[in-house]
Amino acid sequence: MTGMALAPRAGAQYARILGIGAYRPSRVVTNDEICEHIDSSDEWIRERTGIITRHFADEDESVVDMAAAAAEKALAAAGISADQLDAVVVCTVTHLLQTPSAAAELAFKLGAGTPAAFDISAACAGFSYGLAIAQDLIRGGSATRVLLVGVEKLSDITDPTDRGTAFIFGDGAGAAVIGPSDTPAIGPVVWGSDGAQTEAIIQDVTWRVFRNGATHKFPSLRMNGQQVFRWAVYEIAKVAREALDSAGIGADDLDVFIPHQANMRITDAMIKQLGLPESVVVARDIAETGNTSAASIPLAMGRMLEEGQIKSGDLALLIGFGAGLVYSAQVVVVP
Amino acid sequence: MADQKEILSGLAEIVNEVAGVPVDSVQLDKAFTDDLDIDSLSMVEVVVAAEEKFGVKIPDDDVKDLRTVGDAVTYIAQAGA
Repeated sequence: MTGMALAPRAGAQYARILGIGAYRPSRVVTNDEICEHIDSSDEWIRERTGIITRHFADEDESVVDMAAAAAEKALAAAGISADQLDAVVVCTVTHLLQTPSAAAELAFKLGAGTPAAFDISAACAGFSYGLAIAQDLIRGGSATRVLLVGVEKLSDITDPTDRGTAFIFGDGAGAAVIGPSDTPAIGPVVWGSDGAQTEAIIQDVTWRVFRNGATHKFPSLRMNGQQVFRWAVYEIAKVAREALDSAGIGADDLDVFIPHQANMRITDAMIKQLGLPESVVVARDIAETGNTSAASIPLAMGRMLEEGQIKSGDLALLIGFGAGLVYSAQVVVVP
Repeated sequence: MADQKEILSGLAEIVNEVAGVPVDSVQLDKAFTDDLDIDSLSMVEVVVAAEEKFGVKIPDDDVKDLRTVGDAVTYIAQAGA
């Protein structure tokens, strides 16, 4: 059959992050408060994780509410209005409505008109996955300006009595507006998954089991901390190195390292593995924000910009890794 | 084949490197957690460094059985170091 050739649509040659916005819920939760439910101490939690405080959202504060607060800041930073967006992508594992997506509701809440809108589930690698997708949407011509939000309300699926996870997680949202660029500003993504390690970080029971009444305990996250530590430090550090190679830069060219804020000990061990020079500024937002999964990288970048630790034009290595297991890294130009 | 003494001294160097514990304190009867204050994450670093140094595999499931330095030395010796 000799069909007609379909009209192609060309995208921008390159893409870049135009603006970042961060939102942390107002309630600050101390380690002492966490220890009301587990046999632990402020000192133990600080030593094992580097976490001093985290933020928890209010009962009636949804992931869409938090995402909107971060998105408005990112739009303002980018100098873009919501109606100029043509795609809205939300990375989350804690939008506790199976359908519809958080992204469609978010787009409407922002007054973004009728953009393409969808959620992605890549846990703590979500933001880095989303950045790769956003860049490809723009370069492929499917979108011109993309809103990408990493948002989590992990307090909803954390068991406050679980000694392995109760102190790790926090709530928050980080957003980025991505648009066309004349020069390369988001490096090639290096990403993947390892489904053989599904059990390393996992919701303990399915919604179906919960519905059928086999358990009355609301499903929550479980994590094998040692397994995740080993994987992150000794396997995923290689991914970070590949991302540098793919971007054509060396560790000496790097200004900033923003790993997913999983655990300060993982960050420290990764720096050692990567042999990063001391001149590289390292994100340590976990101390006051906890582990916010998909939100952690943009939250950390937002704080570093606000506090003047980094500046527009800096080269930042981002790496996300988490439940799946999944991982993703790329080098970006700081907006 | 490394003998027990060689494994012990190699392991002591690793524990010193990872956790700053004096080499002389790393003796066969010492427990990693209770005596040497090596927590679960530092233990992973010790194990991975030991794997590289002695050319053995120590899976996560076996790490929890390595309570004392002696347990680790025996494990590494039997694993073929």
